[in-house]
Amino acid sequence: MKHRTFFWFFLPTGLAMLLFIALPIVSVVIQSVFAPHEAVLKTVENCTPLVGCTTETTIDQDATRAIRDAQPLGRFVGLDIYFDRAHLAVAEVSEAWAASQSWGEFSSKLFNLPLYRALAFTLTFTFIVTPLLIIFGLMIALAVNSLHRHLKGFMIFFSLLPMIVTPLIGSLILFWMVDSRGVIGSALVALAGDPNFSLKASTGLTWVMLIVYGVWHSAPFAFVVFYAGLQTLPKDQLEAAQIDGASRWQQTKYVIIPHLMPLVTFVALIQLMDNFRVFEPVVGFNASAHATSLSWIIFNDLGGETRQLSAASATSVLTILGVAILLSPVLVRTWRDFKGK
Amino acid sequence: MASKAQRMPTGLRILTSGFVLLWFILAAFPFFWTLWGSFKVELDFFSIADWTNALTGERTSATYDSAFTGAAYRGAWIQEEFWRNVINTFIVCFFVVCTSLTIGTLGGYALSRSGYRYTFWLLITALIFRAMPPITLVAGYLLPFFEWNVWGILPTTIIVLVAINQPFTLWMLHSFFQNIPKELDESAKVDGCTQFQAFRHVIVPVMWPGVITTGLFSFLLAYNDFAVTAMLLSESNRTMVPAIAAFLGTTYTEGNVMFAVAAVVSATAPLFILVMFFQRQIVSGLTAGAVKG
Repeated sequence: MKHRTFFWFFLPTGLAMLLFIALPIVSVVIQSVFAPHEAVLKTVENCTPLVGCTTETTIDQDATRAIRDAQPLGRFVGLDIYFDRAHLAVAEVSEAWAASQSWGEFSSKLFNLPLYRALAFTLTFTFIVTPLLIIFGLMIALAVNSLHRHLKGFMIFFSLLPMIVTPLIGSLILFWMVDSRGVIGSALVALAGDPNFSLKASTGLTWVMLIVYGVWHSAPFAFVVFYAGLQTLPKDQLEAAQIDGASRWQQTKYVIIPHLMPLVTFVALIQLMDNFRVFEPVVGFNASAHATSLSWIIFNDLGGETRQLSAASATSVLTILGVAILLSPVLVRTWRDFKGK
Repeated sequence: MASKAQRMPTGLRILTSGFVLLWFILAAFPFFWTLWGSFKVELDFFSIADWTNALTGERTSATYDSAFTGAAYRGAWIQEEFWRNVINTFIVCFFVVCTSLTIGTLGGYALSRSGYRYTFWLLITALIFRAMPPITLVAGYLLPFFEWNVWGILPTTIIVLVAINQPFTLWMLHSFFQNIPKELDESAKVDGCTQFQAFRHVIVPVMWPGVITTGLFSFLLAYNDFAVTAMLLSESNRTMVPAIAAFLGTTYTEGNVMFAVAAVVSATAPLFILVMFFQRQIVSGLTAGAVKG
C-alpha cells in the first residue's frame, strides 16, 4: 500500500487517537506542574472617627478573577505537587523514616499517606487476583471440557455473565448479598456467631471481599481463553503420553499445561493491565474507607464541587508511569521479536 | 472420542462435576437472587429478621397482598426517571459502535495491508494506549471542554468513547483483516480498482463476521463505562451506570435502595440477551487475540 493511501485510510482513527488520547496525556502532564492561583488578598484600613482604625484583609475578587483569566492553567510550581502530602509525600516519608524504630512502625506511618495506601491496595489486588484467576480459570476450563457436549454451551453461557456484566453493577450485586442483612452476609453472621459481624468493618475482610470480586469478575476470561486452547490440544501427544504410562495428573502437568503456556502469558498480561486500573469495585462495595486505588483517587479528586485538576493530573501521571513499568517487559519482548523478523 | 483410557475414574468425575456445579452457582446465583429480590420490598430483600423472607416475600405480601411487587421498578423508571438514562445509554452505544467501527475498519484494513515499518510502531502505540486506564485521561479533557462549552453533552462523550475504543478496535480488526487473503484485493487492483474501490467491493462483503465481533466489544465498552461517563456527562444527560452510582448516594439516605436494585436488574437485562444471542462471537473475539499469541 502506498504511503499516501495509507495516510488517508488511517487518518480518521489516527486523528481520534491523537486528539483524545495523545493530547490529553500532554495536557495532563502540563496541568500536573501548575497549581491553581491563590486568591489575591488586599488589606483595607477602615477608619471611623472616635473608634479608631482597623485593618481588614479580604479577597480581592476582581484581581483574583483577572489573574485566573490571564493564566487559566494556574501558576507554575514545578514538581511540587508530586512531592506534596497527597502524592509522593517526600517530607512525610523521610520524617517517618527518621522517627521510626522498626519496619512495622514505618510501614504503618507510610500507609496513612493517601497515595501509598492506594498503591498498596492496587498492587496487592493486581498481584493476588491475577494468579488466582488464572488458576481458577484453568480449573474451570479443565472441568467444563470434560463435560457432555450439550452441557458445555450452557456452562459457557453462564460463565460469561460475571465477566460481561458492568463492573459497577457486578460489584453492587455482590455487595448487596454480603451486606449484613443480605443472604450471604446473614449466613456469615450465623457462622461467626457474632450478630455485629460485618465484612465492611475491617480492612482485611474488605480487601478479601474485593479480591474475591476481582477473581469472580475475571476468571471467565481466563476460562474462555484456556477452553479454546484445550480444543486445539494435540491428540497424538496425549496418546503418546498415555502409552508411556503417564498418569492423568502427569498428562495435565507435562502435556496440557505446556500447551497452554502461551495463553497463560497472554491472560496474565491483559489481566495485569486491567486489574491495575481497579476502580469500580471500590465504589460499588462502598469500600473507600478501607481500600482505595490509584484510579479511585483520581476520580475522587476530579469529582465534587472542587475539581482538583492539578492533584488529579499528578496522580494520573504517576498511574501512567506505573502502567508503563508493568508493560515494559512486554514491550521489550515485542521489540526483540520485531528485530528478529 | 472418549477412548477407554481417557474415561475418568468415578472419584475424579464426581470431583469435577462438583466443581462445575460450584462454579455454576457462583456465576449464576447472584444474578437470579437479585432478579428475584428486585420484586420484593426492602425489608424482605435486606431482611434483618430472617433471610428466608427474601424468598417468600413475607413483608411484600403484607404490604401489597402479593409476594411480588413492581414498586421498585415503578420508583426507578417513573419516579426517578430512569428511562431517560436508558435512552441516553442506547444513543451513546449506537453512535459509539457505528463511528468506531467505521473509522476502525478503515484504519485496521490499512494497517493489515501496508508492509512498512511504521505500522508496527502504530500498533505498539495503540497497545500502550490500550493499557492506560481511561480515567487518567479525564483530567486532560475537563479544562478544554469547559473552555469550549462542550462539557456535559452526549456528542462529546461519544467522541471520547470512540477514541478510547480505537486502540482495541484497531488491534482486533487488524488481526481479522490479516486472515483475509491479500490476493483478493491485489487482484482487484490489477483489474484497475483503486485501493478504496478494492476495499469497498471486495473486502467489505467478506469482513462482516470480524466487524460484528469487534462491534460487540465496542458496545460493551461503551455500555459498561463508568469513569468517563460519570465525569463527562451532566446530571440530565447521564447514562445508566453513572445514574445508578448517583442513586446510591441518595437512596441509602432516603431508604429506597430497592430503586437501585431495580435499576441494576434493568441494566443487566440487555447484557443477558446479548450473551444469549452472540455467545459464539464473544467467545471467538476473546480468543482471537490469544490463540495467535
